[in-house]
Amino acid sequence: MQTPTLFALLLLLILVAYGTGFSRAIAAARSGGGVRSLASLPSYYGVHTALWCGLPALIILACWLIFDDAIIRALVMGGIADKPESIAGQNLLYAQIQNLTAGNLVGNATPQLQDAAAHLANLRESGRWMQTALILILSIGLGAYAFLRISPEMRAREKVEKVLRIILLACACAAIFTTVGILLSVLFESLRFFQSVPVTEFLFGLHWSPQMALRADQVGSSGAFGAVPLFTGTLLVSAIAMFVAVPVGLMSAIYLAEYAGKKVRSVAKPLLEILAGVPTVVYGFFAALTVAPFIRDLAQSMGLQASSESALAAGLVMGVMIIPFVSSLSDDVINAVPQSLRDGALGLGSTKSETVRKVVIPAALPGIVGGVLLAVSRAIGETMIVVMAAGLAANLTANPLESVTTVTVQIVTLLVGDQEFDSPKTLAAFALGLMLFISTLILNFIALHVVKKYREQYD
Amino acid sequence: MTSMTLNAGAAVPAQDKPNSATDLSNKPATESTSVKTQEDIAETVGSPFCDEAKLRMRNVNVFYGESQAIHDVSLDIGRNQVVAMIGPSGCGKSTFLRCLNRMNDTIEGCRVEGDLTLDGEAIYGPKVDVVPLRARVGMVFQKPNPFPKSIYDNVAYGPKIHGIASRRAELDEIVENSLRRAGLWNEVKDRLDKPGTGLSGGQQQRLCIARAIAVSPEVILMDEPCSALDPIATARIEELIHELRENYTIAIVTHSMQQAARVSQRTAYFHLGKLVEVNDTETVFTNPEHDLTEAYITGRFG
Ligand SMILES: Nc1ncnc2c1ncn2[C@@H]1O[C@H](COP(=O)(O)OP(=O)(O)OP(=O)(O)O)[C@@H](O)[C@H]1O
Ligand SMILES: [Mg+2]
Repeated sequence: MQTPTLFALLLLLILVAYGTGFSRAIAAARSGGGVRSLASLPSYYGVHTALWCGLPALIILACWLIFDDAIIRALVMGGIADKPESIAGQNLLYAQIQNLTAGNLVGNATPQLQDAAAHLANLRESGRWMQTALILILSIGLGAYAFLRISPEMRAREKVEKVLRIILLACACAAIFTTVGILLSVLFESLRFFQSVPVTEFLFGLHWSPQMALRADQVGSSGAFGAVPLFTGTLLVSAIAMFVAVPVGLMSAIYLAEYAGKKVRSVAKPLLEILAGVPTVVYGFFAALTVAPFIRDLAQSMGLQASSESALAAGLVMGVMIIPFVSSLSDDVINAVPQSLRDGALGLGSTKSETVRKVVIPAALPGIVGGVLLAVSRAIGETMIVVMAAGLAANLTANPLESVTTVTVQIVTLLVGDQEFDSPKTLAAFALGLMLFISTLILNFIALHVVKKYREQYD
Repeated sequence: MTSMTLNAGAAVPAQDKPNSATDLSNKPATESTSVKTQEDIAETVGSPFCDEAKLRMRNVNVFYGESQAIHDVSLDIGRNQVVAMIGPSGCGKSTFLRCLNRMNDTIEGCRVEGDLTLDGEAIYGPKVDVVPLRARVGMVFQKPNPFPKSIYDNVAYGPKIHGIASRRAELDEIVENSLRRAGLWNEVKDRLDKPGTGLSGGQQQRLCIARAIAVSPEVILMDEPCSALDPIATARIEELIHELRENYTIAIVTHSMQQAARVSQRTAYFHLGKLVEVNDTETVFTNPEHDLTEAYITGRFG
């Protein structure tokens, strides 16, 4: 049986298990004096039976699907007497065998190859049979076991809840393990990078030009991996962005939360949030084609040197992009300040603006700071706008009219090229990623901590 | 307004189901049992007016959106007088109190009708600036609401925004004085820089009282200031009210009859958004004119 069919059958079995478990519990209740005499509600008996019927079978099925190919391949390759040494050669051979099995004949097959192909087809066929048999036996057998165990004394609810808790835990772990996995992979690649480039050079070097000679005889730089210009570039662009986003976002939040009437609010808030839905590539477009030339022309008309791609253009547009982020978070926080505080201030004869400035904002400040820090980590991680509007030159500068580049942009350009995957150039991307990961992690940690502290104040 | 003729004799059972009050009002007056309770509930019995009125309210109606919370209330609060407002929960005491310094302005959909004056000036006049008005008519709220600032800054907030004290020493004095009068000084004098929100509920309420008297308002509105206080702190606040009476006018809402009897000269009894009876405190508690008042103070309901 094909796997999808098997899966559908399994789902059907689970439904049946639920139904039979449920009705058996009802029957047990009827003979024993009503639903009250059961240890749990009848539906829990149904779920319990369904879980026994479906869960182990599903897990086995999943494992099977994961390891199926690898095992079959090992068996097939093990049966071949003189296979090539290199992994690439083995891959090629196995691909040939697979093609042969599928009927796409490529050239003349040797008898040895044909044997192997027959072996493969054989294994696949019997594997499928084994799969079907195993899953069905498992599911029906365990389902029947659970079904037979139904009695008024069985505490089905507790068992079901225990299983549910494990499932929830597994889902929670999935997110954590993914993070840890990403971190580890980045970490190991970074370590490899640091074997060819010293950490100190990476962290404190002032020069970034990751061009390695492709061939030994090529004239060219040997590459410089000082990340400082990238981090200053990131800082510069993010700082400009925050310079735009924080005041504008905060003030629009204050307006929305404190001054705007219901009507204005119901229009303005969704409008502002539409800004958040615009893809960053569109912003980048806007920055590169409209804002950057405008800034260049403006600067030149004032007699300043400006390149056509500038940190200022990217920063400004990125700031606009982050405004809804800041304003929406701050708006929530300001709204969460209890009305009684405003009443208290107004009752003492404060004006509206005094109330906002001296009571509401200080009360909301920790939450606002948390929101701003989250916005900063967004600014740091933003790539598209910078790629399009700030350029690629790793200038070590604080002049916003020059073009700069950021960590994220460099990661992209490093990995886009066709370098070998273990050259320092490519590995440098991982080191940069690691640095980025660490710094945003720290920022997020601080932000969440601040926000949490704020929550405690009013709970 | 309020042409409703509610038979007070029938209104006592109506307590249990207030919504049926209008039905009962349709009963012919001849069915009533007592002569004294022929009175329309909308027509306040006793003496709601006084000569030297600091606050004068005439025919006040308050609406929350469609529903009316205060029905045609007229009342004077005399200079240097303490007026207690009592009545069952939800009868509109807080609502009425909040009219006096226009705190109802902050509630969306709340509408106040009628003539309210402070020293003869209209409170709801078109040219009135609510900011100085609220500085003159201070308020202590039903729930303690200290600012998330230090204890010192909580009390100093009012004097600072009104520019009452310019030098630090003056401010220190006002803060200490206010905290002493609210009976909180000894408990907090060593931790003035700690957040006010870290105090206990009763301490927070006394902090709010200190905060309100720090701006020396002419009128102080207190909405159940002692509901979270222990007997000792309550006694301290009552003492404070006695002190304040020398210079200030006070309106206090309370659920404690004893407290009303102890601190006030006049007592107003509210019922379902109407002012039923206003009299000298002694009269109200010893010889109430209205059946509803009597029923309430003797604990038959409410
Ligand atoms: N913000 C509001 N919006 C709508 N209705 C309100 C609002 N505040 C109060 N009310 C209604 O107005 C009526 C009077 O409420 P108010 O708070 O003045 O009662 P109270 O006498 O102070 O009661 P308590 O002794 O419980 O504090 C109640 O029926 C209440 O439901
Ligand atoms: Mg109240």
